[in-house]
Amino acid sequence: MSIFQELTNRDQVFEFLAPVQSPVDVRHGPILYMEDVSVSFDGFKAINNLNLTIDDGELRCIIGPNGAGKTTMMDIITGKTRPDTGSVWFGSRHNLLTMNEPDIATLGIGRKFQKPTVFEALTVFENLELAMATDKRIFPTLTATMKPEYRERIEEVLEMIGLKDLRNAPAGILSHGQKQWLEIGMLLMQKPRLLLVDEPVAGMTEQEMERTAELLTSLAGKQSVVVVEHDMGFVRSIARKVTVLHQGSVLAEGSMDQVSNDPEVVKVYLGEEA
Amino acid sequence: MWLTRPLQERSTQIFLGVLFGALVIVSALHLFMPQDSALYVSSYTVTLLGKYLCYALLAVAVDLVWGYLGILSLGHGAFFALGGYAMGMYLMRQIGDRGVYGDPVLPDFMVFLNWQELPWYWAGFDMAWFAFIMVLLAPGILALVFGFLAFRSRVTGVYLSIITQALTFALMLAFFRNEMGFGGNNGLTDFKDILGFDLRTDATRLGLFLATGIALAIGYVICRGIVTSKLGRVSVACRDAEARTRFIGYRVERVQLFVFVVSAMLAGVAGALYVPQVGIINPSEFSPLFSIEVVVWVALGGRATLYGAVIGALLVNYAKTVFTGIMPDAWLFALGGLFVLVTVFLPKGIAGLMSRRSKKDDTDTPAAQEATA
Repeated sequence: MSIFQELTNRDQVFEFLAPVQSPVDVRHGPILYMEDVSVSFDGFKAINNLNLTIDDGELRCIIGPNGAGKTTMMDIITGKTRPDTGSVWFGSRHNLLTMNEPDIATLGIGRKFQKPTVFEALTVFENLELAMATDKRIFPTLTATMKPEYRERIEEVLEMIGLKDLRNAPAGILSHGQKQWLEIGMLLMQKPRLLLVDEPVAGMTEQEMERTAELLTSLAGKQSVVVVEHDMGFVRSIARKVTVLHQGSVLAEGSMDQVSNDPEVVKVYLGEEA
Repeated sequence: MWLTRPLQERSTQIFLGVLFGALVIVSALHLFMPQDSALYVSSYTVTLLGKYLCYALLAVAVDLVWGYLGILSLGHGAFFALGGYAMGMYLMRQIGDRGVYGDPVLPDFMVFLNWQELPWYWAGFDMAWFAFIMVLLAPGILALVFGFLAFRSRVTGVYLSIITQALTFALMLAFFRNEMGFGGNNGLTDFKDILGFDLRTDATRLGLFLATGIALAIGYVICRGIVTSKLGRVSVACRDAEARTRFIGYRVERVQLFVFVVSAMLAGVAGALYVPQVGIINPSEFSPLFSIEVVVWVALGGRATLYGAVIGALLVNYAKTVFTGIMPDAWLFALGGLFVLVTVFLPKGIAGLMSRRSKKDDTDTPAAQEATA
């Protein structure tokens, strides 16, 4: 009998069968740690010896000219692209290079795409419902019911992203800015430890931009937020620490004033803008 | 419970009401009307309607994967035919020694081919319960293996449609071969009885018709249960934004696999009920053309509504019966013309016409209702 039990308890025999549920270890400070990461597409080095550390609770802006490798970097962190060399750690326990996209998402990395992608046929409420951090396997999803605490959580996020009155509207009819917020809201439902936000204010009006800035700064501290953005005014309004990417590696890092006075940075990036 | 949720839904209640009403009316007209009355429904018509209901169930299965999961399967005829063959094998074994050659075990075509014993995969088909399980398992396992390979490799869109088409074509060629042991070209036919009831009697035919109606009702409720559950909303999410769904933590390939297998099993049941009513199953059911026709029914009826698929299947097949009676050669032109007209003027199909009126009912999804409650 005991042999039988041991046989059925395969999770404990093979470590790799155990579900990834161990908490993210951030005792040493960084929540994301990328070292010597390189990836090339057909000989083109999109990421070249990238070293990047994000601290727990930090709000970090990443800027860089087109083709600097910002989106590729996000692809690597979320498991969409595998780097050729280097290592990527989430906390000091989870090696992201061995995990797939849903596992990484479940572990606590949420990603907002450059182009807002929400589920247009579903309502705002349903969009948030699907994103909620719950058991996402097939049968639990099939039998899932709407519990009061879930609804509370959704209402909370609806309030935060300012879409309370539109909860029953199909997401397809939302304006561009509202879709961006909904997507950020969906990330929040996942209760992520780390939010990767790709160009959150592209195509937004001034007011919408301000609201987004408020939203993102209010998140920092509870979550770590990494924002990739082109809009320098926006970056200036939210950033405490800025990393400049150029040709796939870090060119400069520091406060906005520091990097904007860096002659190298001025040459490759700000020089063209100003 | 996800299965009982649709029963509280107005659209499902209406659908079931209409379906059961029709079953009762047809049975009553068949049983109690005098044969010379204009209202009398002949046994032939009952079987014809039963056949339509099988097609309707198949259309619902296709709509589940196409409408809600975005997988355009052009090979659902394969699952339909496999279910049909499983039932056909049982019916063959039921013939016993009443075949032309009078062999107590071997079906006629095997005797004709000089086979000495039953192939191993025919074992067990003399038992109804085994055959009925195989009706679900054979299409289910094929869908599981096929879907596992396709979805894991993230094959979607047109490529997947083409592969499903190839799948059913390959199976058709395989089943045409005599060595396969499924009767080759001629398929399985000359059935005598099912569960001890003589297939040629009116009562059995009416019974099969009613059984098909009930199967359609159950299949509809299962599909409706899935699409109104959270999993159904995840399916729609996979359909519209696959990458996003993955990044919020769902395993898209498993959602696709689950829904695809359920759909294949429903198609198998439809096929199994079809065979005793038409009296034959042969490889032409695997024909890619048939699978494409099913998609046309769904498109005509209205995609992603389920009841639209039923309406489409019934209407098109009724039209087919009428047309092929009047002008046999013109049918394909009529079907093509109908398809073009509906695509141009009714992009949401016939169901789109109806839902204009009951639009409010449709957008009030359970989550939304709960949200406002």
